[in-house]
Amino acid sequence: MEPIRQHHGLVYPLNRANIDTDQIIPKQFLKRIERQGFGQFLFYNWRFNDDGAAREDFSLNQDKYAGASILVAGENFGCGSSREHAPWALQDFGFKVIIAPSFADIFYNNCTKNGILPVKLSEAEIETIVKKAEATKYLLTVNLEEQSVYDNAGFQTAFELPPYQREMLLNGWDEIAVTLTHEEKITAYEQLRS
Amino acid sequence: MAEPKTIIEKIWEQHVVHQEEGKPDLLYIDLHLVHEVTSPQAFEGLRMNGRKVRRPDRTFATMDHNVPTLDRYFVKDPVSKKQMETLKKNCEEFNVFLADIHHPDQGIVHVIGPELGLTQPGKTIVCGDSHTSTHGAFGALAFGIGTSEVEHVLATQTLWQAKPKTLNVKVNGELGTGVTAKDLILAIIAKFGVRFGTGYVIEYTGDAIRNLTMEERMTVCNMSIEAGARAGLISPDETTFAYLRGKRYAPEGEDFDAAVEKWQALATDEGARYDATVEIDASQVEPQVTWGTNPSMCIPISATIPVPEAAETASDQDEIKRALEYMGLEAGKPIANVPVDHVFIGSCTNSRLSDLRKAAEIVRGKKVNPAVQAIVVPGSQTVKLAAEAEGLNQIFKEAGFQWREAGCSMCLAMNDDIVPAGERCASTSNRNFEGRQGTGARTHLVSPEMAAAAAIEGHFVDVRNYTAKIYS
Ligand code: SF4
Repeated sequence: MEPIRQHHGLVYPLNRANIDTDQIIPKQFLKRIERQGFGQFLFYNWRFNDDGAAREDFSLNQDKYAGASILVAGENFGCGSSREHAPWALQDFGFKVIIAPSFADIFYNNCTKNGILPVKLSEAEIETIVKKAEATKYLLTVNLEEQSVYDNAGFQTAFELPPYQREMLLNGWDEIAVTLTHEEKITAYEQLRS
Repeated sequence: MAEPKTIIEKIWEQHVVHQEEGKPDLLYIDLHLVHEVTSPQAFEGLRMNGRKVRRPDRTFATMDHNVPTLDRYFVKDPVSKKQMETLKKNCEEFNVFLADIHHPDQGIVHVIGPELGLTQPGKTIVCGDSHTSTHGAFGALAFGIGTSEVEHVLATQTLWQAKPKTLNVKVNGELGTGVTAKDLILAIIAKFGVRFGTGYVIEYTGDAIRNLTMEERMTVCNMSIEAGARAGLISPDETTFAYLRGKRYAPEGEDFDAAVEKWQALATDEGARYDATVEIDASQVEPQVTWGTNPSMCIPISATIPVPEAAETASDQDEIKRALEYMGLEAGKPIANVPVDHVFIGSCTNSRLSDLRKAAEIVRGKKVNPAVQAIVVPGSQTVKLAAEAEGLNQIFKEAGFQWREAGCSMCLAMNDDIVPAGERCASTSNRNFEGRQGTGARTHLVSPEMAAAAAIEGHFVDVRNYTAKIYS
């Protein structure tokens, strides 16, 4: 997985709560056996009409958000199905950071296993960001080493994430390789228990 | 005396392989269930890194999400077909047992684990599927994982997991006649919301839970994820042991008795403390119907559809408005008058033999409303055969239901069982998200009894009026 230390990019605000993974990537696109290529299906039912034409009433289709890499959303983002296709689709579309007041547990984990940085901020901070991003092209910097989020106009805040996940993201480690350094302990456990 | 502990802490402690300051615990996984949708990229990852499946004997695979329920051997969609074939190839290459489409044990992964006795108290169980929480009904610590974690478990039989907080959902009193385990869990989610379990493992306790059968307990634990909790469980008791005795993968003879002794010791100790507790009175629960696009948007059958203006915050008002618009519902009208186009009885929440029996009791001798298309999809081939042996298929078919083969089917509409856009479905499944049963489809979650009654009447009805007749 690609390490992520700092990211600077355009914000896309999707100010809804409880966005579930069925919305992030609908089930008809889960049949593929690859990890790549899911970006085209991101938010499919919101982005496209039945005939495949882009829906003007969905904000992600607006020019001003083209190239956005920081998604800002309402609470409980990524709830529902465990499908890792959701973070794969977000990543393939170009999102590297997701900011929300809260995340569903499985989704949060899935992000950190794929080098996507989930950032929890308060509702008030998110409201500030959403307002700015709805008004203009709004850029943010997210620094994982310092655990900070800031813009160039004086907005600055800090965020928390568990130290283990921070380390994994910063280094882009292969978690299985890390675990296999404990191989002896796993074997010992298996022998003791059987 | 030792500090009293919850079952969650006991299972956790028994499975820690490695512990280190500032890190999650490395937890051993006893049973890994695999299905076709969330596994191909995991097996591919193993191949790319030259890794093996560490414990094929603790890994069990089946096909459920894509399988057709009309002609199960004819998979029309080439992409679905390829995904199923890929699972078969992967299981052969990595030496994992697979109950494929031709196998008599095939079924929804959360239905077959328990019915084969693979699911047992005290086990850690994972699957690349959020409804793995179902297995918690046996007093197992069971939770859904993503595909990267599937690969991790395949390779190492372990997972890095932060110790969860514990949440006691205490259900006092008794459920009324015609009020089911499904209504109970829907009422819990309606009352406490879709996030109250986030970061927690739930233990369901209280008299009403103790009185549930195993299949009813599975219905409750199944929807823990809809409350935000990755896992929900129930301390094992005589009901659990009686269910497991004689199951194919359960211990036999003296081994079974020894196992029961161990399992009994797992139950939460008197006086154990939880990080949080909520309570609900079962006697107040009515049959439930969801009206919106997440499972907490749910009301009793006697209620009227919510009015957005009554919500406190502007964002709640927006959420309700958007949901009503998607659902094509009028605020303030009784939910009972809403007509349905489809009825789906199935899914890992409600497709077990007892669910089908109860639904069959409702439809026996009646006819499905001509405006409704109704299907029954048993959770597994085993359930299907057992139901046919007692003639349930005949009852359903005579009433005008379609009787299908086992699979996930219209729960997520990944196969051909799709609710068309704008049409309304009374469904015994667990998710009413936008587009879940088909793009633009409108889902109302209900119990099997409520679904069956809606099929007959053509709209939602209070099933208690039906059950009163049956049992009087
Ligand atoms: S029945 Fe529905 S919820 Fe259950 S495993 Fe299948 S798709 Fe998932």
